[in-house]
Amino acid sequence: MAELTLVEAVRTALGRAMEEDPRVLILGEDVGIDGGVFRATDGLWQRFGEARVRDTPISEAAIAGVAVGLAVQGFRSVAEIQFQGFIHPALDQLANHAARMRNRTRGRLTCPMVLRTPYGAGVRAPEHHSESIEALLAHVPGLRVVIPSSPARAYGLLLSAIRDSDPVVFFEPTRLYRAMKETVVDDGAGLPLDRAFVLREGRDLTLITWGAMTREAREAAEKLAAEGIEAELIDLATLKPYDAATLLASVRRTGRCLILHEAPRTAGFGAEIAARVAEEALDALLAPVRRVTAPDIVPPLPRLEAAYMPTAAEVVSVAREMMAWG
Amino acid sequence: MVARFEITCSRFIAADGTPTGVLPAFARDRGHLAALYEAMLRTRTFDEKAVALQRTGRLGTFASSLGQEAVSVGLAAAMRADDVLVPSFREQGAQFWRGVRMDELLLYWGGDERGSDFAVPREDLPVCVPVGTQFPQAVGVAMAFALRGEARCAVVVGGDGSTSRGDFQEALNMAGIWRLPVVFVINNNQWAISVPRSRQTAAETLAQKALAAGLPGEQVDGCDVVAVEDAVARALARARAGEGASVIECLSYRLTDHTTADVATRYRDDAEVSAHWPEEPVRRLRAHLTAAHGWTRAEEEALIARVQAEVAAAVEAYLAVPPQPLTAIVDHTFATLPPDLAAYRARLAEAQHG
Repeated sequence: MAELTLVEAVRTALGRAMEEDPRVLILGEDVGIDGGVFRATDGLWQRFGEARVRDTPISEAAIAGVAVGLAVQGFRSVAEIQFQGFIHPALDQLANHAARMRNRTRGRLTCPMVLRTPYGAGVRAPEHHSESIEALLAHVPGLRVVIPSSPARAYGLLLSAIRDSDPVVFFEPTRLYRAMKETVVDDGAGLPLDRAFVLREGRDLTLITWGAMTREAREAAEKLAAEGIEAELIDLATLKPYDAATLLASVRRTGRCLILHEAPRTAGFGAEIAARVAEEALDALLAPVRRVTAPDIVPPLPRLEAAYMPTAAEVVSVAREMMAWG
Repeated sequence: MVARFEITCSRFIAADGTPTGVLPAFARDRGHLAALYEAMLRTRTFDEKAVALQRTGRLGTFASSLGQEAVSVGLAAAMRADDVLVPSFREQGAQFWRGVRMDELLLYWGGDERGSDFAVPREDLPVCVPVGTQFPQAVGVAMAFALRGEARCAVVVGGDGSTSRGDFQEALNMAGIWRLPVVFVINNNQWAISVPRSRQTAAETLAQKALAAGLPGEQVDGCDVVAVEDAVARALARARAGEGASVIECLSYRLTDHTTADVATRYRDDAEVSAHWPEEPVRRLRAHLTAAHGWTRAEEEALIARVQAEVAAAVEAYLAVPPQPLTAIVDHTFATLPPDLAAYRARLAEAQHG
């Protein structure tokens, strides 16, 4: 039992997965002796050797392609893309191959790989280090898209992602890498994929989010509670395929659905949830579904970055409007 | 001078069937040459039939390998059964040699995923429709062999156009760093749909693209099946000895349209095509077999009849395959269907059974 940060939990899960299954191996830029630019693989090269913790040249397309080749051969490849902003060359392999290998061969070949990458704004990073493109990946049939929001969930979800028989894209919120410590028991227990986590129960409003925005959501929920508004906070965790049952049951109970995400608004994953709620729980709604998101703009450079990030105050304000509606 | 490089081009049998020098041992074996000839003839007969099926609405878009049969057959003949082929979409000759059945490939091009679930060889990848993405996958396959200490190799094939992709260079580069057992075969048929080789790159050869990755690269006459098999066999031996990857550029010529959806007369002179017919690989090997091994008219006629019967039987088998149940469109999305897809599947099953 240890108090771990999220990035330490990722590292602990990687070590556990490699320990328990010789088919698991890691490849990516600077993942070896350097232990990754965020130290997510720190010590693994020393522990498991170069054969299983492989530094690659700067070749995102080939990192993903090699991960596909290894996976069809039965390895459980865990590829790291150094920042989500550099994932785009890898999308070809993910969308055109990893996501459909099982389907196009009727199950003859499968692709049990994980592609991990840090993502998200709020860390005063250079350009191309702050985007949230989870909706882009969630739109691809055959991929799982998983985003942890705490050290314990990072540990359990990453273990399950590596053990899964299909490709998983695992987005790690950079802003949370070292933001908090949590007790993580390194017992090898995975957490279920495709399942949302109810972080806080509440009767008045369902607040759905994922990744780093769980912090703003918690803060907002506490402020609302002080005003007598009880928000049910749900961490979606797996965006694709997502746990509609948990979301819909909560919205049916509260009658209000507020979605918070750091990604831009239009065609963000919040749109999917809003549509689903409209289709299946409209009769239960006491107020319109609302979204608090980043605007449809390029993330600003650090000096104006704060203006881009959705805040707890916005969530509180929108929640109040929802409570007052009608 | 820091480094100096050269690219060679090898050929064993000239266009008229005459040996250009001493043939490798495998190419002095009449039985082996006859097997290569049969495989090329089968590929050509299959391609002709597949195009005819497409023209009559019984097959989808199809990429003929007319004029390039020696590349496919030669590279496959050099491989071991437990090697893995990572093909483009134009290497049916290699797939057949390795055991993929003609009716299976017709099923794929006829619009049915089961055509890529071939019975043999189970570990070969299905055809790769995006151009060039197969190269890094082959590096991953080769890395798997190396990690397990297996004496197996990956052979990956792409066209001239595919060498312009970053994937190609990234894959060569990684294979070089890690000395992986992979052979990159380029079927340079001179045309990437409408773009000729001269407009694909200013490089003198495609083989020299190997050099920047620290790999050996060579050209062979891609209409000479002996030259192709010899070069790929040498590269495989090198890879199996732990000496790493190689690039082999096979100079061939696309004697027909890019696919059945293409009309090459829009961009290519008939005169250019006609000028390449005397080089083509099937007639070349037949001339050699006849002159050097007494290949008879009776043998030729018997072979043609047999291959045509095989193709006809494959077409019959393909056309007789019943469609998949509707539920097959969802069944292989994930190992276990998530609830939304399971519900969708149930609706499909209901629609199918009324």
